[in-house]
Amino acid sequence: MDAIDLSRMQFAITIIFHFFLVPLSIGLVFLVAVFQTAWVRTGKIVYLRATRFWGKIFLINFAVGVVTGIVQEFQFGMNWSTYSRFVGDIFGAPLAIEGLAAFFLESTFLGLWIFGWNRLSPRLHLACIWTVAVGTMISAFWILLANAWMQHPVGYTINEASGRAELSSFVALMTNSTLWIHFPHTILAALATGAMFVLGVSAWHLMRKNEVEVFSKSAKTAIIVGLISSVGVAFTGHIQAQVMTEQQPMKMAAAEALYSTQEGAEFSLFAIGKLNNEEPGLNITVPHLLSVLATNSWNGQVQGIDDIQAQYEQRYGPGSYVPVVWVQYWSFRLMIGAGFAMMALTAWGLWKMRKGTLETAHRYLFLLPFAIALPQLSNTFGWIFTETGRQPWIVFGLQLTRDAGSPVLSAFMVGLTVVGFTIVYSALMGVAAWLMTRYAKAGPPEVDPDSIPTTVY
Amino acid sequence: MIAVEEGYMNLNTLWFALIGVLWTGFFLLEGFDFGVGILLPFLGKDDTDRRVMINTIGPVWDGNEVWLIVAGGAMFAAFPNWYATMFSGFYLALFLILIALIGRGISFEFRAKQDSDSWRRWWDRATFWGSLLPALLFGVAWGNILRGVPIDTQQEFAGTFFDLLNPYSLLAGLTSVALFTLHGAVFLTLKTADPLRVRARRAAIRLALPTTALVFGFLAWTYWNAEQMDNKGLVPGFVPIAAIAAVAVVAWLLREELEGWAFLATALSIVLITATIFLNLYPRVMVSSIRPANDLTIWNASSTGKTLGVMTIVALFFVPIVLGYQGWTYHVFRRRIRREDIPGS
Repeated sequence: MDAIDLSRMQFAITIIFHFFLVPLSIGLVFLVAVFQTAWVRTGKIVYLRATRFWGKIFLINFAVGVVTGIVQEFQFGMNWSTYSRFVGDIFGAPLAIEGLAAFFLESTFLGLWIFGWNRLSPRLHLACIWTVAVGTMISAFWILLANAWMQHPVGYTINEASGRAELSSFVALMTNSTLWIHFPHTILAALATGAMFVLGVSAWHLMRKNEVEVFSKSAKTAIIVGLISSVGVAFTGHIQAQVMTEQQPMKMAAAEALYSTQEGAEFSLFAIGKLNNEEPGLNITVPHLLSVLATNSWNGQVQGIDDIQAQYEQRYGPGSYVPVVWVQYWSFRLMIGAGFAMMALTAWGLWKMRKGTLETAHRYLFLLPFAIALPQLSNTFGWIFTETGRQPWIVFGLQLTRDAGSPVLSAFMVGLTVVGFTIVYSALMGVAAWLMTRYAKAGPPEVDPDSIPTTVY
Repeated sequence: MIAVEEGYMNLNTLWFALIGVLWTGFFLLEGFDFGVGILLPFLGKDDTDRRVMINTIGPVWDGNEVWLIVAGGAMFAAFPNWYATMFSGFYLALFLILIALIGRGISFEFRAKQDSDSWRRWWDRATFWGSLLPALLFGVAWGNILRGVPIDTQQEFAGTFFDLLNPYSLLAGLTSVALFTLHGAVFLTLKTADPLRVRARRAAIRLALPTTALVFGFLAWTYWNAEQMDNKGLVPGFVPIAAIAAVAVVAWLLREELEGWAFLATALSIVLITATIFLNLYPRVMVSSIRPANDLTIWNASSTGKTLGVMTIVALFFVPIVLGYQGWTYHVFRRRIRREDIPGS
């Protein structure tokens, strides 16, 4: 492995670890804000206890998300200096704006929220947590704007003299169609992540008849948020697939392991055997479904890998433009499969809720703690799908990943930091998971609204 | 003398100044956070003391750290070549800083989550080393940026990690550690109550003289370097002299129990030292020790005028808002923290 491979590995490890935390933070803080709103409006202590309980778990998760986020920002310059020089005129701005418009907001108002109980008026204190919740979404917007540009570059010109991409229209960046489908898809996935977490922990307690009032309220809120958001994820995902088919047809073709262009293409549900077109194994398919999904028409044309490869060779010169097909095929299916499982579970929960038997539905409740993993799987495979599907490009059509690294780095140096970060992240993951499990199992402590301590640490 | 042909009224100069402001904000604010972290094992006699100390920075440290993140983002946006050369060139140093900041960042949150002495001791170590290491390494890094590091004609760093550990830059690192520790000690005299406050004041008074000596040494060497290279940049003599004067009066102010003024003095010294570095650099952003033609400047490292223009509008809109609510936070949490405030103590 050379320095580029190792840098890719480091980036992947960092972002996957970071993205275990971020959607959960976005989803949890939203639910915490909902519970606190209920507390301020009704004055019922059960909502205050829910706020304090979920808030504490959110804070553990948030702390780890913050510290891994700094690595994320530094890595572009550290490991991808050629990329940074090439795209800095465009890509740097959203990162800087994310800091100015979102990170300051989140961190400052979170500090006010943590330490501000009884020091700020209840309404002002409530406004703080909502500001944090909105801040996390603003942050998602700007970082997704940057990512959308890598997937679908717009609003730029290539300066022949300097050889770099330069901004021609900031409005074009802001109105990138990829961004506007990335953003709701990701935010809804994050809300679903928070909801499935709250639902899973609540179910664990409800099965034990523990703090039934707090956890029944929590579970019901989570079912509603989870159902709406997981349906929304599927819906936006569907539109996203169409945008992708148009903008990055290779990604879609690889996701289906579709080698030759077809009209009325079938959707493969499950395949056994190699996905290389030469040795077809067992492949269970639904006729016409791929064409419907990708183009909204029964006999729509979906391009195959071989044809796109031929086109790209003409346009970009010799070389392979095919991502790793089995990674695309399986990450796409795991993402969607986990998403549908979430939808089914929350719909089942709504039905139990309507019947009024949620608290005693043991078979259902038993499944839910395991379902905490579903959104995490879906999120992780979703990103693996979209990022590896862009390969071999780092910026689609403009720069290849292998040309984007830092020339000053040796494989030894990057190897050293890969090992270092991996050890630190593993330790962090272990400690954070242990702490969160412990606090989740302990359940909500009693709260006296008039004497919440003003020191926390 | 490096000529400034284009004048000062341009976006490149504005962004150079803004990045200077962001780094200044980071050193000024996170400086006392680092100081409190470094002093934790020395001033915290028992767990309650240590908790008091951590709670003085509890509501604000995360917001303070964002100044660093925004400074990094602004360098990327406004001067991509500066960001690319510096971050890839200082690779291992930044790796150490990142590991330190990770350990420190979670230590505050995790420390309180388990009632056990050995658990807390581990996180106290993370706080201490996580504060000391960045305080040292950021000083070393800025010493190197100003003194010059091997940068080739392709704007790439052509040295090793050990090139960064030269005497001048190490002095810069020691100076930043001393100054941040002093800044933190003075902050604690403002934010805690007796007897911790008395101990913090005593520590600050003891630190003041050696810190003044280090600041004097660092700035004198900086001036001498600039003279050697026939480049004093824009530094008027009064900026570094005022930086030394400000830190020199801290001990006296503390003896007179003028703690607020003492904090203002350490803050002023940090601001003026950072200003000296930036004024001395201008219009360069990174100095090449190979030859001046390889220097990165606000011209050859920058983004286009269009990007700088967009970013200027964004900054003019957001910076005042950020300053407003961060200022308000300090107002909300202005009270001293006492041992009695710690639950269960």
